[in-house]
Amino acid sequence: MISEFGAYALILALALAVLQTVMSALGRIRRSPVLAGAAQGAAIASACAVALAFAALIFAFVTSDFSVANVANNSHTDKPMLYKVAGAWGSHEGSLVLWCLVMTGFGAALARASGLPFGLKTSAVGVQGALGSLFLAFAVLTSNPFARLDPAPFQGASLNPLLQDPALAFHPPLLYAGYVGFSVTFSLAVAALIEGRVDPAWGRWVRPWALASWVLLTIGITLGSFWAYYELGWGGWWFWDPVENASFMPWLAGAALLHSAVVTERRGALAGWTVFLALLAFTFSMLGAFLVRSGVLTSVHAFAVDPERGLMLLGILGVTAGAAFALFAWRAPKLTGGGLFAPVSREGALVLNNLFLTAAAATVLLGTLYPLILQAATGATISVGPPYFALTFTPLMVVAFLILPAGPLLGWKRGDLKGVGQRLAVAAGLSLVCALLGWMAFEPHKAMAAGGIAIGAWLILGALAEVAERVRLFRVPLAEVGRRARALPLGAWGMTLAHAGLGLFVLGAVVETGFKVEAAAPLGLDGSVTAGRYSVRLDDVRIVEGPNYLAEQGHLTVTPTDGGPERTVIAERRFFPAGGQTTTEVGLDFRGLDDVYVVLGERRSTPQAARAWTVRVYWNPWARLIFLGPLVMAIGGVLSLLDRRLRIGVAGRKKAAESAA
Amino acid sequence: MRTAAIALVFALLAAPAIAEPAAAPDQPLSSPTQEARAQRLFQDIRCVVCQHESIADSPAGIAADMRRLVREEIASGATDESIREDLVRRWGDYILFKPPVKAATWLLWFGPLALVLLVGGVFIARSRRQRPDAAPLSPDEERRLNDLLRGGEVRPDPDATSSHD
Repeated sequence: MISEFGAYALILALALAVLQTVMSALGRIRRSPVLAGAAQGAAIASACAVALAFAALIFAFVTSDFSVANVANNSHTDKPMLYKVAGAWGSHEGSLVLWCLVMTGFGAALARASGLPFGLKTSAVGVQGALGSLFLAFAVLTSNPFARLDPAPFQGASLNPLLQDPALAFHPPLLYAGYVGFSVTFSLAVAALIEGRVDPAWGRWVRPWALASWVLLTIGITLGSFWAYYELGWGGWWFWDPVENASFMPWLAGAALLHSAVVTERRGALAGWTVFLALLAFTFSMLGAFLVRSGVLTSVHAFAVDPERGLMLLGILGVTAGAAFALFAWRAPKLTGGGLFAPVSREGALVLNNLFLTAAAATVLLGTLYPLILQAATGATISVGPPYFALTFTPLMVVAFLILPAGPLLGWKRGDLKGVGQRLAVAAGLSLVCALLGWMAFEPHKAMAAGGIAIGAWLILGALAEVAERVRLFRVPLAEVGRRARALPLGAWGMTLAHAGLGLFVLGAVVETGFKVEAAAPLGLDGSVTAGRYSVRLDDVRIVEGPNYLAEQGHLTVTPTDGGPERTVIAERRFFPAGGQTTTEVGLDFRGLDDVYVVLGERRSTPQAARAWTVRVYWNPWARLIFLGPLVMAIGGVLSLLDRRLRIGVAGRKKAAESAA
Repeated sequence: MRTAAIALVFALLAAPAIAEPAAAPDQPLSSPTQEARAQRLFQDIRCVVCQHESIADSPAGIAADMRRLVREEIASGATDESIREDLVRRWGDYILFKPPVKAATWLLWFGPLALVLLVGGVFIARSRRQRPDAAPLSPDEERRLNDLLRGGEVRPDPDATSSHD
């Protein structure tokens, strides 16, 4: 009954979204605030209806209603409650409802936003409604999450045990919030093209949405990467897998959009380019959805796939992106150029940032799609993997990172390159010292890794140098420095944190990749294996019973070879009877910034011991920074969002205050 | 008794394990430089039965066989290049994560650089063209812009060049 109610709510949401689109269009054409207001009401009602449908779906999962096919295929009575709930978005159908929920939710937020002019807002709500209609129609017509089974099975097939993990329970909602958040920037961009006007105010309206989406996407991708790191048991955290790339492309486009919107907001320049990026970010999101769900790409993470659904998604992608970019080609030349700037200026630096981020996104796009296109065109099969990206993506990023610290120090319109050089001289010198120290500290000595350390340090020190410059550190009395630091807007701190976080990530990625040590050995009880600075001893292996699995649980002791506290880690091999699958739970010993990563393998007999297990140990130096860095970046984004000048409605309230005065 | 029963079930069922990450450890080459070469090569070679994994990462049996094959070839004095060629002869370009540079992959390899040059060129050309006669803002636009920029009590920055972005 509840499920039928959910299916009904989903259809209602579709009808409301269509209504939202039509009333917005009419309201815009007739300049009728009543129709536009009704469209906004429909947007909010549509979001509520999808929320009800989603709640009904979660209810079906929580109560293990196996008469619903989706539940029967993805749940099990023995599953812990967290994963019963998370199962609601573990399948194609369920995750599509989540997608629609985020899309209509953002649409409702857009409908409630104040301060936008009538035309822009009405058009944007209409476009958002059209997007919502397409995806809701896709859900209702091809992917009914409430389809019934008759007869209902007594037990469900359970969720893929690899996905039964806290990080992965929260990864999809965050990722989707980020992906779909860009639908609002898309709608605002299309609306701006319809209105034929992109001004600094538009830049200010679009930036919070872009920032919020980018922050959510950052956290979502980081969680996914952390999951791959500790759940798959290979010690890797990024594989340039097509599905990872699918989430990385909107992230890169979104990062470019954030920076370009700054130029549009502050200087009125790059208007057309900012609109283009706003369209691009969501196009990449839709492309990602198509790649993951259509089955054209094989990946560890891909959903169970269906070519027909893929075709429909491709249709949605083609219609929306095609229409939007056609509109862009038609209207963009009419957008005014805005403020002028010299090549060496803050604007110039941000143009370079955009150039490299967009080229990086294009590289990821090429690397992801090229094998498909080549196979379709010539039948030849190639593989594009990490070595390709190391030769194309990485150099682009290296150049961008070298330029980055200079950007915030350059003035708008015309920058003083020599002055910036002087201000960054200390940071540059210290970065080189860091590279030298890294080169000496780590065995074996690696020039490339030392260069990477220099770049990571350069990003962090460059960000600090910029703050030091702003508060006049060492040049004015400390009390004055404190006053200036307090007076700095949150957005400035946000930028500093985000750039420093990027530096932390680079340091972690470079050191982990360059200097990790791996060792594996069959160990009997009390046997030990050494990886780099750590020795790991197998103390005991027990059989334990989990809620829906049985596990061999290894208790191991990690001892630093140069003396230091011993610590116990637990590594498991879990067997899930429901699906007949085995997973590993990695034992992680956090040692400062380093990880000692322990995988318990299969039981086998060796000549020395009848009971022995293959134990694989990785010493991953500075691996903590790989996940900490992006979180710091996300916190920087949140700080910027909290900057009151960015809050939606400030302009409107200010105007109201002025007219009152 | 119960633990024993569970252990038995476990032992029986553990055999057809999927995605077995810690398989039997490889026998590394005795020479550390040769082993380092092998490890670098493993990163570039795709596991033929896996979805998107190199033989360095893959737990599959065939990946272990391929690692052994590569190590044997290195031990017998083959160069990296000849090992790659052997693999491509047997499995095609598909086997390498680094696609060969040839006419069909020029766009793949040089597309990113071409895009940087192209977009960079467009930016430069447009900024040159715009310089002489950019339409100034109308007084009304100028006033609106100033209103917006002053919106939300922006504190005037003491040094005008590094105002907040």
